[in-house]
Amino acid sequence: MANLLYIFFTMVLVQNYVLVKFLGICPFLGVSKKLDSAVGMSLAVIFVMVLATAVTWPLYALVLEPNGLGYLQTIVFIIVIAVLVQFIEIVLHKYMVGLYNSLGVYLPLITTNCCVLGVTILNFTNGYNYVESLFCAAGSGAGFMLAMVLFSGVRKRVDAGNPPECFKGLPITLVAAAITSLSFMGFGGIMSSIFGIAA
Amino acid sequence: MAKSKLSIVTNGLIKENPVLRLVLGTCPTLAVSTAVSNALGMGAAATFVLICSNIVISALRKVIPDKVHLPCYITIIAGFVTLVQMIVQAYAPALNSALGVYLPLIVVNCIILGRAEMFACKNTVVDSALDGLGMGIGFTLSLTAMATLREIIGNGSWLGITIIPESVDRLTIMTSAPGGFFCFGFLMAMVVLYETKTNNKIERKIGCAVKEGEDE
Repeated sequence: MANLLYIFFTMVLVQNYVLVKFLGICPFLGVSKKLDSAVGMSLAVIFVMVLATAVTWPLYALVLEPNGLGYLQTIVFIIVIAVLVQFIEIVLHKYMVGLYNSLGVYLPLITTNCCVLGVTILNFTNGYNYVESLFCAAGSGAGFMLAMVLFSGVRKRVDAGNPPECFKGLPITLVAAAITSLSFMGFGGIMSSIFGIAA
Repeated sequence: MAKSKLSIVTNGLIKENPVLRLVLGTCPTLAVSTAVSNALGMGAAATFVLICSNIVISALRKVIPDKVHLPCYITIIAGFVTLVQMIVQAYAPALNSALGVYLPLIVVNCIILGRAEMFACKNTVVDSALDGLGMGIGFTLSLTAMATLREIIGNGSWLGITIIPESVDRLTIMTSAPGGFFCFGFLMAMVVLYETKTNNKIERKIGCAVKEGEDE
């Protein structure tokens, strides 16, 4: 159990997908302007990440790998994710209209979001088993949400400021992201001391 | 005629530079620009995929039904990325481990899908190939520019050659995550400054996130 929590919190704080690993920068910069859209997008990402991991892990470990088809990983995973996103959209639209209305607009954006494909591939690079992979996916999604929510607050202040003309808009946002990312560097090493596991 | 072909290539270098003007492909730009050698490797891999997928998508542009064009494009791109992965694994294992997960993630690099949507599905095969070449070179140039800044300041070297003597302390923050964001912001501000001076400033949008026309 400690191991699973260790993976979860490492993914949220130390290995934060957005601020440390640079996965999913586009939605981070594009959708973080308002708090409610930041939350909606993040919830959709968590949802798809966990489901994608739940499907791709057995597919790779039980079908591709034993048959020597490991090299098809990229192509199979992206197709699975695309189909999954499409499927979720249809199911939500049909049976859960309330949820669809709040998450629906973000779903099409997720297929080409690198953090979803990233987490499914990284689970194998890190050699996680099935349960560990699910925790890793949930943690990565939660980390994405944390970064989005924190940054939407930072952004409100930044947009109200008055930077030099050439820094207005995207450049100053990136500098603000640098400082937010800097604060996450402080978490390095904290996890291994809390859980007593060597990183 | 020859001039217009050339202008398709040069278009990607400055006027529509994918990273600094169109703001596409930000994730790999930030992630692999820690060293110049990684930037060049990533640039070459992405350029190859861009040219090949542009050619195939342009050749099939009348065959692919409009309703399922996105899945078709992604499958074509994923095929070429797998090809690149195999080549890099076989001939450049050092580059493979340096790029890590970002090599398969070329599939979801928005420059490639973006060019397929914006250019290859409307233009001839030759033009699309040239567009892919130009965009690829533009991507490589911006990556290399960022990597140059980060490697010299953060590691005191350029392409592995030590430039700043060992006795000078390194600002290692530049090669880690915050340095990437900072460097990118700074570089973009410089480009905006230049644009303001030459009077051709453009409105920047985050290319891939707002493609479906939401939020803003």
